[in-house]
Amino acid sequence: MANENQSVTFQEKMEKNVWLLLILLVLALSVGGLVEIVPLFTMKKTMEHNAAPELVWQRQAGQTLKDHKPGDGMRPYTALELAGRDIYQREGCYTCHSQMIRPFRDEKERYGHYSLASESMYDHPFQWGSKRTGPDFARLGGKYSDDWHRKHLRAPRSVVPESVMPNYSWLKDSLVEGKDMATRFNVMRLVGVPYTDEDIASANGELTGKTEEDAMVAYLQVLGTMAKLDENKVYRE
Amino acid sequence: MDAAAEQKYNFAVVRWFTVMATVYLVVGALVGVYIAAELAWPFLNFDLPYITFGRLRPLHTNAVIFAFGGCVLMATSFYSVQRTCGVRLWSDKLAWFVFLGWNLVIVSAVITLPLGITTGKEYAELEWPIDLAIAVVWLVYAFNFIMTLATRKSSHIYVSNWFFLGMMVMITCLHVVNSLAIPVSLFKSYSVFSGVQDAMVQWWYGHNAVGFYLTAGFLGIMYYFVPKQAGRPVYSYRLSVIHFWALMFGYVWLGTHHLQYTALPDWAGSLGAAVSLAMIIPSWGGAVNGMMTLSGAWDKLRTDYILRFMIMSLAFYAMSTFEGPVMSLKTVNALSHYTDWTVGHVHSGALGWVAMVAIGAIYHMMMRTYHTEMWSMKLINAHFWTATIGAVVYVVAMWVSGIMQGLMWRAYDEYGTLAYTFAESVEAMHPYYAMRAVGGAIFLLGALMMLINVLMTVMKASSEGSLQQARTAAATA
Repeated sequence: MANENQSVTFQEKMEKNVWLLLILLVLALSVGGLVEIVPLFTMKKTMEHNAAPELVWQRQAGQTLKDHKPGDGMRPYTALELAGRDIYQREGCYTCHSQMIRPFRDEKERYGHYSLASESMYDHPFQWGSKRTGPDFARLGGKYSDDWHRKHLRAPRSVVPESVMPNYSWLKDSLVEGKDMATRFNVMRLVGVPYTDEDIASANGELTGKTEEDAMVAYLQVLGTMAKLDENKVYRE
Repeated sequence: MDAAAEQKYNFAVVRWFTVMATVYLVVGALVGVYIAAELAWPFLNFDLPYITFGRLRPLHTNAVIFAFGGCVLMATSFYSVQRTCGVRLWSDKLAWFVFLGWNLVIVSAVITLPLGITTGKEYAELEWPIDLAIAVVWLVYAFNFIMTLATRKSSHIYVSNWFFLGMMVMITCLHVVNSLAIPVSLFKSYSVFSGVQDAMVQWWYGHNAVGFYLTAGFLGIMYYFVPKQAGRPVYSYRLSVIHFWALMFGYVWLGTHHLQYTALPDWAGSLGAAVSLAMIIPSWGGAVNGMMTLSGAWDKLRTDYILRFMIMSLAFYAMSTFEGPVMSLKTVNALSHYTDWTVGHVHSGALGWVAMVAIGAIYHMMMRTYHTEMWSMKLINAHFWTATIGAVVYVVAMWVSGIMQGLMWRAYDEYGTLAYTFAESVEAMHPYYAMRAVGGAIFLLGALMMLINVLMTVMKASSEGSLQQARTAAATA
């Protein structure tokens, strides 16, 4: 901000010349964003799997997404999970639920190990959220049964009387629109998610006969289960 | 005088933006009150997908930010740039293009968001075809504004225009970068960024939508309309120069304070918090500059209801620009993040600062562009008190519920286990959610008073023939 110190004359010049003012504005406005955003793409430390490669699933040639076992590491979502994730966005679940556990004692006891950047590496867009009107979902997978989730989605207050969540009863009645899942996989591959040709070829078929509720449950049950985190390891400073 | 201004300037487009802003304030607040009530009484979701909280909340934020805020910014910037430059808008055609384009964007948001067509990024939910339309309309708006500045008759560019200009440049960058996505279909796309990078870009966008759209732009309004309404010059020119450059340079850094203790690297969050703290100085400099403009004329507050809105807005501005940096501190953020405190903070800024200063400017412009007095001055006073009380009730409810949530989540009993289940914290929120809905409803009542007052003034201007007179006098002059 040398601007105001270099005597009034420079400020005056800008006040009389809109183009000069415009150029200086562009310069002043760029610094903060560049300093904070660019390093996140270049600094290796940002993504924990650079130091701990076991966080990401090392897929062997010929393996399909079904060969992945929970804990094998981060992998792209299956067709059903991604369909569920798209519904999660459509319904605006992120307006009330976060997917980002902070490194505090109470959050650890309530939700589990703190979240890592690598755990959302395939999330386009991210769904960390900013508000917990309901609880965090980062490690929701496996905490409740599929049946519990179905009951809860249809009528939340039937299982949690205090809940203020809307009933999502229509999800069980509508089939997942699977026609363009291959296109969705393709676009995901374009932005960097490692889907194979085989994944894409089988994507549409995976959704035959599935309801939106099936997709939602599949997505909710996979959250936080892909990678296994070591309690004794320090992933982040 | 009126006739000369009517002839010289394009007031028609200003009138339309002003009236539409009033309509959108009512619509945006109405949706807000409804979703607030849904959180207190969930049966109001009525098992209808289109009106669930998750789909209506983006409609509420988009309606108040882009529909109400956008129309206010366009009305005030087009009005004040003409008056401070002494020239007509560079192009009338482009100004009307912006009016129609922006309102089409708003209509498409009202249709798509309840249908669940969304990118899933807060405050940037509109899908890619609408994003493209926004970019085009916004650039045309900025171009017309800049060309008007370039063809001005005055020697200096007045300070309000600096702020508008800064907003236009920054919002262009933010919107373009944060909306980068690959389309899957006409109604669906995926962000090119993922995870932590997407979060960083999103909050760089999100906080600067607040910092530039709702702060810099509305400071532009403050710097023109407060001195005009008070009939006194801006308190300090020097302070406005410092205020301007510090705000432009500094605000950009703040987004990371939304991501404290997340998987975003610690250095980024700390940097954001440090700059946030430093931002108290320029923010308060601006608030002082606005308030001190009244020095020697404080008695006007007794009789001028419009001025009351403006001064109250500066008080809220000072309050929330102090609260914001406090919340960005790591220790405070650990408690406040994810709670209603954030919602309360946003609304003390949005209801107290943004809406109040905008309301003052709307009343000011109504009288000058329709060439008549407001239909009812008493109703403005009633609006002032309902808006103030509504905002205070809302903000207090959220302070209490937010801090209570934060404390309940981290509370331990004597055995060292968590004292409350999450559901218990939800149950404890009920009275405050009800209180928030009531606060919002009081504010909405005030907005309705303004809509009635504005529409009656339009009718009055046409029955008195004041607008017609100004036009014909202009034509024969």
